[in-house]
Amino acid sequence: MRFVSRKTGVAAAMLGISALALSACGAAPEESSSAGKYPDYVGCIVSDSGGFDDQSFNESSYRGLKNAEKDLGIKTREAESKTNADFATNLQGMTSAGCNLTVTVGYLLGDATADAAAKNPDSNFAIVDFQHKDPIENVKPIIYNTAQAAYLAGYAAAAASETGTVATFGGIKIPTVTIFMDGFADGVAKFNEDKGENVKLLGWDKKKQDGTFSGDFEKQDKGKQITKNFISAGADVIMPVAGPVGKGAGAAVAEANKGGEEAKLIWVDSDGYLTAPDYKKFMLTSVVKTMDNAVEDVIKADAEGNFDATPYVGTLENEGVALAPFHDFDSSIGEDTKKEIEALKEQIISGDLKVESAASPK
Amino acid sequence: MSETKAPVVPDSEKPGNDLLKQITQGPGLVSVLGVIVALVIGGLLIAITDEKVAQTAGYFFARPTDFLSELWRAATESYVALFNGAIYNSAQGFKPFLETLTVSTPLICAGLGVAVAFRAGLFNIGAQGQIIIGSVLAAYVGFAWHLPLGLHLLLVIVFGLIGGAIWGGLVGLLKAKTGAHEVILTIMFNYVAVYFIDFLMNTQAFRRPGGTNPISPILDSTAVFPSIPGSRLHLGFVMAVLLVIFVSWMFKRSTVGFEFRAVGHNPEAAKTAGINVARSTIIAMAMAGALAGAAGVAQVAGTEKVLTSGIAGSLGFDAITVALLGRSTPWGTFFAGLLFGAFQAGAVNMQITTGTPIDIVSVVQSLIVLFIAAPPLVKAIFGMNRKKKRNAKLETTQAGAK
Repeated sequence: MRFVSRKTGVAAAMLGISALALSACGAAPEESSSAGKYPDYVGCIVSDSGGFDDQSFNESSYRGLKNAEKDLGIKTREAESKTNADFATNLQGMTSAGCNLTVTVGYLLGDATADAAAKNPDSNFAIVDFQHKDPIENVKPIIYNTAQAAYLAGYAAAAASETGTVATFGGIKIPTVTIFMDGFADGVAKFNEDKGENVKLLGWDKKKQDGTFSGDFEKQDKGKQITKNFISAGADVIMPVAGPVGKGAGAAVAEANKGGEEAKLIWVDSDGYLTAPDYKKFMLTSVVKTMDNAVEDVIKADAEGNFDATPYVGTLENEGVALAPFHDFDSSIGEDTKKEIEALKEQIISGDLKVESAASPK
Repeated sequence: MSETKAPVVPDSEKPGNDLLKQITQGPGLVSVLGVIVALVIGGLLIAITDEKVAQTAGYFFARPTDFLSELWRAATESYVALFNGAIYNSAQGFKPFLETLTVSTPLICAGLGVAVAFRAGLFNIGAQGQIIIGSVLAAYVGFAWHLPLGLHLLLVIVFGLIGGAIWGGLVGLLKAKTGAHEVILTIMFNYVAVYFIDFLMNTQAFRRPGGTNPISPILDSTAVFPSIPGSRLHLGFVMAVLLVIFVSWMFKRSTVGFEFRAVGHNPEAAKTAGINVARSTIIAMAMAGALAGAAGVAQVAGTEKVLTSGIAGSLGFDAITVALLGRSTPWGTFFAGLLFGAFQAGAVNMQITTGTPIDIVSVVQSLIVLFIAAPPLVKAIFGMNRKKKRNAKLETTQAGAK
């Protein structure tokens, strides 16, 4: 402040105060009490170390809880885990805070959830993207047969590719990631089989169960580099399965389009056209997992007293997983292709077509 | 290992040594004041980020009491929740304090590792990697070998210490033999360890039979620290206390400790006095690594009981702050570890009961370290260095007159 003369300083301060004063002129609200349907019900959530802003399963599960708060009038409590060491303490905190149902997110919380469930037989739990080997009475797994929707995405990608090469990469090689890649690979293979084409897939070998991974769900520049390499290897449809790292892929695709190439993206988890609007111009479609709906449904059932521990498995049939609309690309996808995809969807739902992945829920 | 191979200490390290001195010799009062200032600023931050405070500020003139009471409520409620979660609450008694001790166990061990290196004039940024390697070895012994009670846990501890000691000792060896700087070495060793554990967790040897997730089997019951029933506090805390006593004894009474300190103060002088600087560097880093490895043991055999790639969390970096806060003395590190443990244990409760974002707690922690690592700042705030300033002015005018 030494360089600001005292007068200017005072003037600035006055201006600031008056601005504050003006903004503080609102009317005081009347005392009111609005009780929802279940005012005494407490729904809680514990994230893994990704946090509630991970643009992936933590975020969508959290959204489910918040929707339940709005729609059902329940109370909510939330705890973000910074490291793995926080899981047990957060869960303990939740149960002593009187949570009726606690949603835990991810396989890393598996042991901690089982432990908390055993210690608190009167509380219920739901765990997203994980299923305990032996079912636990008060833990409901929320899992997804993502391969079904990814299969359709693979078919669509192969149909939309002009270079005859598509690509995918993951964040970390864990089942909830590779299940996308398995389905995608099978979808591409199905297209080749039906059309007698030879669309190549980079980044994943289903037989070997190995492929390209960025190493974590954080470093966007790594995703960008991988995507650049894919594009220079001829791929023009890329599906990143790596949470926020997908944004790096988006940046690479945007650059390629600026340079005159025509690359497209397939988003995962949520409809990227809506959740990653920066890259919506390049968004062919998305493989959607509707965790928010599932979480809200589980909470609703529990609040109504209808909790059960049978796993919720998201499928094409119950719309737990889905292929998002083509949005801007709707006109460039042929009517035949759309019909074929619709037919495949019907076959998968009816069970005539089985989409298998090593990571599928059993 | 001849004397001539001892690294020549570059001039650029000298300010580093001054910094070390400042950190290790600042008075305690400044630390306490630093904590208070940080808590006050933190309280304001909590209040500002509180939703209700923002709401009531919107009609400040219509009903100012709302705003002021909300402001007070937000700040005090959060700190009360912190206290309830870290020390005592009426429902659970002193059980939360046991949780604080649990959380602080690895912090104390790893903090000691950093402190020992500091005292020997080495910036050990590598606690993270040393914890990881320590916990990998300890966990492997814990879940892959099946041994009788007692022996098993002992081997888990020994292997954890060895793992850390190798990872730290390698850095010491490289520095002593080649003169490479330990900061760069430890940082790169951290990366190697982080990716190495990622790789290991993707091998079948480190996964549960039939499992596909990168998470290890649960350690045998013979391989984990016994814990107090009804809490998570385990015998690892006793191990941490013993390590503090050992390090304290080492610095005060042993030749090795004396050599560390001598090298830390002035490696050239230590060399002239006949101390083998290279040997001292290697031993100091190996010991630092072993202590960090003990933190890894406390993780896998104490609280987590499994190995995952996130086993070290942010422990390795928190350890640096703990050591700084403890002014690199063993007991200082112990209490700094307890303080950080209390913050982390209390933060959980604070987050759950008041909805204060956990990041704000981290902000308060960082502020405390900021104020403690920069004593002149706190002194300036409380007007404690006016006299000094005048003297300094006098000196400069005199110097100018010459």
